Amino acid sequence: MSLLDVNHLDVRFALRGGDVQALRDVCFSLDRGERLGIVGESGAGKSVAAFSLLNLIAKPGYIAGGSIRFDDQELIGVSDRQLRKIRGHRMSMIFQDPMMTLNPVLTIGEQMVECLKAHRRITTRQARTISLKRLQQVQIPSPEARLDQYPHELSGGMRQRVIIAVALLLDPDIIIADEPTTALDVTIQAEIMALLLELCETHNVGLILITHDLGVVSQVTQRMLVMYAGRVIEQGPTREIINDPQHPYTQGLINALPQMATPGERLNQIPGSMPSLSKLPSGCAFHPRCGFVQRSDGTDRQACREEVPAFVTSGNCQAACHMVAEMIDSERIPAQEQE
Amino acid sequence: MNSSATGTASTAPLLSLKGLEKRFSLSGDFLEQLQFKGGKLVRHQEHVHAINGVDLDIQRGEALCVVGESGCGKSTVARTVMGLLTPSAGEVRYAGERIDNMSGKQLLPYRRRMQMIFQNPYASLNPRMTIQQTLEEPIRLHHPDWSNQAVKDKVSEVMESVGISADWGPRYGHEFSGGQRQRIAIARALAVDPEFIVADEPISALDVSIQAQVLNLLMEAQQRHNLTYLFITHDLAVVEHFGTRVAVMYLGRVCEVAPTATLFARPRHPYTQALMSAIPRLEDDRPQHIRLEGEVPTPVHLPSGCVFHGRCPHANQRCRDEIPQLIATEDGGQVACHGVEENRIDP
Repeated sequence: MSLLDVNHLDVRFALRGGDVQALRDVCFSLDRGERLGIVGESGAGKSVAAFSLLNLIAKPGYIAGGSIRFDDQELIGVSDRQLRKIRGHRMSMIFQDPMMTLNPVLTIGEQMVECLKAHRRITTRQARTISLKRLQQVQIPSPEARLDQYPHELSGGMRQRVIIAVALLLDPDIIIADEPTTALDVTIQAEIMALLLELCETHNVGLILITHDLGVVSQVTQRMLVMYAGRVIEQGPTREIINDPQHPYTQGLINALPQMATPGERLNQIPGSMPSLSKLPSGCAFHPRCGFVQRSDGTDRQACREEVPAFVTSGNCQAACHMVAEMIDSERIPAQEQE
Repeated sequence: MNSSATGTASTAPLLSLKGLEKRFSLSGDFLEQLQFKGGKLVRHQEHVHAINGVDLDIQRGEALCVVGESGCGKSTVARTVMGLLTPSAGEVRYAGERIDNMSGKQLLPYRRRMQMIFQNPYASLNPRMTIQQTLEEPIRLHHPDWSNQAVKDKVSEVMESVGISADWGPRYGHEFSGGQRQRIAIARALAVDPEFIVADEPISALDVSIQAQVLNLLMEAQQRHNLTYLFITHDLAVVEHFGTRVAVMYLGRVCEVAPTATLFARPRHPYTQALMSAIPRLEDDRPQHIRLEGEVPTPVHLPSGCVFHGRCPHANQRCRDEIPQLIATEDGGQVACHGVEENRIDP
């Protein structure tokens, strides 16, 4: 039994022209202390997946089906009151833009104390002591002084450190980080990532890291999901996916990185762009951009255009692709004949 | 392709920056600058020192990449080169002519030869103009004598060359995706047949799979039109792929310039070394990340001496007192560091 189990999650946005399905049949799980990366391009649904864990989907979005089990408790359908005991307490969230996350009219200390007192019955003085300890853990210089400063007085990197401190305040089981370093510079990004990794390891906190940066995912996470047009299309141990991606989209994404090509040569681009969620192609959503719809013998694989691919297991990874399924089948049949 | 251009007859740089400085006033107009101090009325001025003495040469046919973190002045360099900002000191020379003090009318022929691509294609296309109008505008401005048909032919030609169907001319910018918009922005820059393009973070706002498409397009355009690029970016992986030479900036100064392969094989400046070590790589091993102390100081009160000394692990008294100048290294680069000059820093 994992700490977090997401099954067949289905999230829709009720728009004037009808419902748009932002997430379809998303399944994943997270063990205690595990670090999971969710990768995809903008519009793939990775942020929606993370937000739905805490039911932070804003209207007109709603969770249309599936289940989210956290520590043996179903989170879909519970009251806001119940959910508030989990939000920020057992699962906390780090957002992309540190300036938007902190309240500009409260000092850092006030925000941290407020958060502590909302969940625990403690005095302001105790709460300040805990806050100070957390600020020290995130290695902020002169933490006492920071408690009485306002967010605008801190630099971007420093603010993100404060946010990590806030996320850790109540010893959560899971931290969900949505592009936590995208707004920061490379050198600061490396420091923040190293800090987050270290804290998750020492406190045995699970991490769900949402990012579009494959480099960051490969440095930080143990397992990863690749999302495309609202579906998970590949999942497995990070190392294995990076070294040997199965799904053509994952392959394309990795091969398109500048470091995968000889300097000065053409990059291996994926043609086209991700379809809009309201106008998804039939069958596999990636098929119009995929180079493997045609088999190597020149015949078309009709299933790519007509059927939504199911997950097939290849080693420790799973990929939703007809081509991969066919390859695995063709390997298996001769093996059975020999018996 | 890239190297052949450097061997041509004209060895003079296409663009050269000398002692370029740009300050932005923080203290508002004259009346706002007045303050009472000790019973006297004094004028108090504060400036952001965005660039402080930048010397750079760009050769014909090369792609010079300027990298650095936010606030290091790389975009200010791009804008000053294009004449969108007037430098506070120093000069910008284009093909030998000084262009930073020219009037708008004098600049017009140069504006045709140098074009700019901006970071955000959502902001750089006029939402009230169709793509056809957007692309026709620069052509009509620079070639007032062309016939309507000639203009239309040129527009179709550039649209096709960036992979946008010429039938989409009557559409508006919002009907296109980010990658397509950036293609249109590139088409607009190419429409007047420039020889020099300044690209300010042209792919940062795009998704990974689209970034590759746009980078390929920029490289194709370079080969087809023999373009020279000044490419501003913070993404070192892109630099390694795209750039002929790289200039690393920190707090408004160039700390290292070198041919791309040399810089990536052997970064000399301590800041370049730290920057390189911070790139998240796909490889297995955990990063050997060089941690820098503290953060970038504010460009309002510049540190004395080397701007990097406060965070540099190799800084000594000379670094705190004396501003390092760019000195040539044996492998064809230039580096502004006392430590490298004195052989104090391991390569």
